[in-house]
Amino acid sequence: MSTLEIRDLHVSVETKEGPKPILRGVDLTISSGETHAIMGPNGSGKSTLASALAGHPKYEVTSGTVTLDGEDVLEMSVDERARAGIFLAMQYPVEVPGVSVANFLRTAKTAIAGEAPALRTWGKEVKSAMENLRIDPAFAERSVNEGFSGGEKKRHEILQLELFKPTFAILDETDSGLDVDALRIVSEGVNRAKETTDVGVLLITHYTRILRYIKPDFVHVFVDGKVAEEGGPELAERLENEGYDRYVGTGATMA
Amino acid sequence: MTSTTENKGGAAVPTLTTDHSRAKADGAHSHGVVPAGSRAERVTSFDLADIPVPTGREEEWRFTPVDRLQPLFAPELGAAGVRTTVVPAPEVRVEIVGRDDERLGTAGKPGDRTAVTAWNAFTEATVVTVPAEAVASDVTSVRVEGISKDATASHLLIRAERFSQAVVVVDHLGDALLDQTVEIVVEEGAHLTVVSVQDWADGAVHASSHRATIARDGRLKHVVVTFGGDVVRITPDATFAGEGAEVEMVGLYFADADQHQEHRLFVDHAQPRCKSRVTYKGALQGVGAHAVWVGDVLIQAHAEGTDTYELNRNLVLTDGARADSVPNLEIETGEIDGAGHASATGRFDDEQLFYLMARGIPEVDARRLVVRGFFAELIDEIGVPAVEERLIASIEAELEKSMSVITGVADAAE
Ligand SMILES: Nc1ncnc2c1ncn2[C@@H]1O[C@H](COP(=O)(O)OP(=O)(O)O)[C@@H](O)[C@H]1O
Ligand SMILES: [Mg+2]
Repeated sequence: MSTLEIRDLHVSVETKEGPKPILRGVDLTISSGETHAIMGPNGSGKSTLASALAGHPKYEVTSGTVTLDGEDVLEMSVDERARAGIFLAMQYPVEVPGVSVANFLRTAKTAIAGEAPALRTWGKEVKSAMENLRIDPAFAERSVNEGFSGGEKKRHEILQLELFKPTFAILDETDSGLDVDALRIVSEGVNRAKETTDVGVLLITHYTRILRYIKPDFVHVFVDGKVAEEGGPELAERLENEGYDRYVGTGATMA
Repeated sequence: MTSTTENKGGAAVPTLTTDHSRAKADGAHSHGVVPAGSRAERVTSFDLADIPVPTGREEEWRFTPVDRLQPLFAPELGAAGVRTTVVPAPEVRVEIVGRDDERLGTAGKPGDRTAVTAWNAFTEATVVTVPAEAVASDVTSVRVEGISKDATASHLLIRAERFSQAVVVVDHLGDALLDQTVEIVVEEGAHLTVVSVQDWADGAVHASSHRATIARDGRLKHVVVTFGGDVVRITPDATFAGEGAEVEMVGLYFADADQHQEHRLFVDHAQPRCKSRVTYKGALQGVGAHAVWVGDVLIQAHAEGTDTYELNRNLVLTDGARADSVPNLEIETGEIDGAGHASATGRFDDEQLFYLMARGIPEVDARRLVVRGFFAELIDEIGVPAVEERLIASIEAELEKSMSVITGVADAAE
């Protein structure tokens, strides 16, 4: 049983005009096995939270703490965080030309596990995980994310979630841009990970749609860089009907 | 004469993409640089008097530290600075011949000062012949080793006779001040691969004119790999002498601090229905690392059905390195199948690094993966397994050398 604790987190992003404050005091506690949905309009700072947790160098934590079972996460480098068990499925996964998916997966698994995975069982594991996510086996030899469609990129992120078995997974708009079939496949992947590894999930989304497939235990509404309201799954239903208007006043809707 | 250029591709490159321009590591790049003079009008000659010592302002010398090449501009060049050893495949013949051998000087004329001094200074040439219809069962290895810093001229002729097939690897190592000619003659229907590896020790200065002629249905794969030396300037020229011929020119370079690596290519589509592909990729690291790539392609008026594409990409790993990249396509006929080029210089992409590190991969390994990935496709294209393995090892060694610089970890050896 692990706990990821975010306390009064303030984060600025590096811009050409200098640092720009985005997160203004985020409090959040996630335990193993729990699924927390973070919902909020575009620009409310959801990806900033995800990037800051993963340690992206562009995002500077100006105050607050993040601990994983009491360990100071903010002190860790990006790769140390990943090895400590934090996984970020990115909203916009990055292309890495010339590095094959197979090589990438093996290298990352080796780094995370601290030893190379057993050759035969690893091969099988990758193959069946790809099958489950309806990823063509040919993708193993393709360059990471290069020329992948939006949906393929997202499935590749969830493939990693299933293979790397993190303690906590932050899924940044994994649902965005997916058609219904892909959404279902990706959601099944997340649910498999939840069942088999007791992973704690921070499910960042703009829409309520994915919550029909992945049941959240808690819902946090994110507005203007902090949590504006929290509750159980019923809060998602209310958002489905009312949108974000009540929090932001103008403009932002569920679209 | 019409002179047009067309640009395709290159869009997948991070940070900045340039064409007909010089790209600097700091991201500033200037358009509007005076385009290269027409290759059709460039003087070529065997006569020293026709090609004077350059000042450095000439089109073909404007990126070069000409002061460091001065000794090679002089007509007096010896022969003692390098030792050439050939280990031929069983089917391949090797001779040492005098400069009056009539097979010499058939692959085109010198096109710049070092090429003309090299031509006039050598006394003996090494001739490697793949006999007609022979298929070489092994790689032929030519080893050029620097043994003294006397300004030296050397001449190598590689001949692939009708319908033969062979791979010839020319290695350069040690320390030298070398002015070299490599003539390559590909006869009808022959398939020849020539790989030139510049793995010089620090301090070496190397100017080399590669001149290739490819006959009807002949195919040349020309590979240049440059890692070592202070100044390396290679000018591969390829001319088609018959229809249906192909040339594939592949280059890989890795410039460290204060190294100047220059590759100037010229493909002369002097015949109809020939195909050329040029792919050069380089990485640069360290203050004063300078890479120059110039790719001239001339499609002559009667060369209908030409198909050509050239690409240069540079990956700048650290501050203070500079890459100049100038593709130049001259087209004198509208009846072509395809003609394009792309040139791009990008900094190391921090988002790639973040992605890999966010998967637990330590920074040093992540950088290594990205750089290896940058070269991966190119290395596959070489198609000579022994060379590919060595290249991967050399790239690793280059990265090893500088990883301390890149990651900011102090290293007493640097
Ligand atoms: N790299 C960046 N440079 C400049 N502004 C940024 C950057 N990243 C995020 N922002 C700004 O921070 C705010 C929050 O963005 P983000 O965290 O991406 O929101 P969300 O994921 O909720 O849509 C937005 O106003 C956005 O413009
Ligand atoms: Mg976002």
